[in-house]
Amino acid sequence: MRVMVIVKATKDSEEGVMPTTELLEAMGKYNEELVNAGIMMAGEGLHPSVKGKRIAFDGPSRTVIDGPFAETRELIAGFWLWEVKDMAEAVEWAKRCPNPMPGPSELEIRPVFEAADFGEAFTPELAEQEERLREKAAKR
Amino acid sequence: MVANETHQAIETVFRIEQARLIGGLARMVRDVSLAEELAQDALVTALSEWPKTGVPKNPGAWLMAAAKRRAIDGFRRNKMLVRKHAEIGLDLGEESENPVDAIATALDDDLGDELLGLIFTACHPILSSEARAALTLRLIGGLTTDEIARAFLSNEATIAQRIVRAKKTLGNAGLTYAVPRGPEREERLASVLEVIYLIFNEGYAATTGEDLIRPALCAEAQRLGRILAGLLPGEPEVQGLLSLMEIQASRLAARVAPDGSPILLTEQNRAHWDQLLIHRGLAALQRAEALGGANGPYALQAALAACHARARKAEDTDWQKIAGLYDTLREVMPSPVVDLNRAVAHSMAFGPETGLARLDEIDQAAGLHNYVPLPAARGDFLFRAGRLAEAKVEFERAADLTRNTREKAFFLARAAACSR
Repeated sequence: MRVMVIVKATKDSEEGVMPTTELLEAMGKYNEELVNAGIMMAGEGLHPSVKGKRIAFDGPSRTVIDGPFAETRELIAGFWLWEVKDMAEAVEWAKRCPNPMPGPSELEIRPVFEAADFGEAFTPELAEQEERLREKAAKR
Repeated sequence: MVANETHQAIETVFRIEQARLIGGLARMVRDVSLAEELAQDALVTALSEWPKTGVPKNPGAWLMAAAKRRAIDGFRRNKMLVRKHAEIGLDLGEESENPVDAIATALDDDLGDELLGLIFTACHPILSSEARAALTLRLIGGLTTDEIARAFLSNEATIAQRIVRAKKTLGNAGLTYAVPRGPEREERLASVLEVIYLIFNEGYAATTGEDLIRPALCAEAQRLGRILAGLLPGEPEVQGLLSLMEIQASRLAARVAPDGSPILLTEQNRAHWDQLLIHRGLAALQRAEALGGANGPYALQAALAACHARARKAEDTDWQKIAGLYDTLREVMPSPVVDLNRAVAHSMAFGPETGLARLDEIDQAAGLHNYVPLPAARGDFLFRAGRLAEAKVEFERAADLTRNTREKAFFLARAAACSR
């Protein structure tokens, strides 16, 4: 299964405090372990939200909102995409991560949707039926 | 932590660590069965200790230390001591008065590439390819015997026996469990790559509605490929195989219709292709080429897969390049299947008549009389050349030959289309 491992933002990351050399080294080593275990698919760190934008949708309207955004705990500072056997494996690898931030911080693991997630409940017949319903809906 | 939760966490830690653990132990005790037992013993110790102490900071090292203690205890009691000591003593190139000390010293050696050694051992050419695949999935993939049996549409007893025999064969062969060097390495590496690709193809051949463990073999093989690419970054064919698997796997979601029938590459909805896997596959191919391995069999096949992956629409496919790659692949890896695919590529690049000429060359080769794809391709070329009556005969022949009912229906439909 594929999971996204989200590094939650903190006050420091939002203030643009750059990671120390020690942390960069530790993270480099950790990333190497992830690669050698064959689970690392992708990963990036993100600039603070002050450099970000939001697009708000409401009916036909689109409003662009400039960062920074207030609710720090809900923001993200980086992510990985991992390919793991199950959630337990993802949790175990996440625990081995060096503290991603100087103070208290959090990683969040979220499974990525895959065709197999629909499993046996999503039989070929159901898929076909859904396709037909969609076509009908499109014609209306 | 709740006891159950701790147990699950410990089992997961063990799953992550076990291949390296078994690899390191096998190198020390020269016996993969014994190594597996020692690793299991270490797990049992962890299951009783860790709920009290918590999971240690470096669980891999902890498990290895526990297993080593068991190994030394075992040696102290065991009559095999003398023989093992002789082997290890030989390896260390020194004589010791105290055999237990000598073994303890050997066990303390940090060998570093345990995992790689284990991969090479499990894929040793003295084993049959089925045995290699089963042993690799068991020891490196950490799959249970039952899972392997289901994955290979076999039964548990057969697979269990296959694994036991394979371990015995390895044990009797007096292997060092080390990473092969020098000229031996190339042959051994080819064997490893073959096993990984066999596992991948077994998963790729799985059809809708089958046990989910079968398609999971693709992911298992990709993981093995990624691990190997990390361990052997300088081997171009490792990168080539990884690239091939990543690109082929990128199409897994797009290659089957809702009714379970296969969708041809050119007719797949390319929006369903996994772009992350394509990106990774292209990057691995680039590394293979940068390492001077552009003409390796796997790199060539990856380059072919990449031609399709790069085309956003089927019409954009660079068939001339594909035809050229098949010309090279045919020299490096001669096979009737490659020849047939080459004929298809030539028909797309230079027209159906050229494709037919290539097929005529294959026809002269023996052993392909009942090979379904041959009349199927000929029918397709004839159809495209407007020679409908001849095409109809070929499609009917393909329908007669195939034992797959879905394929049969497909060929009959194509035959019927020739009469319109």
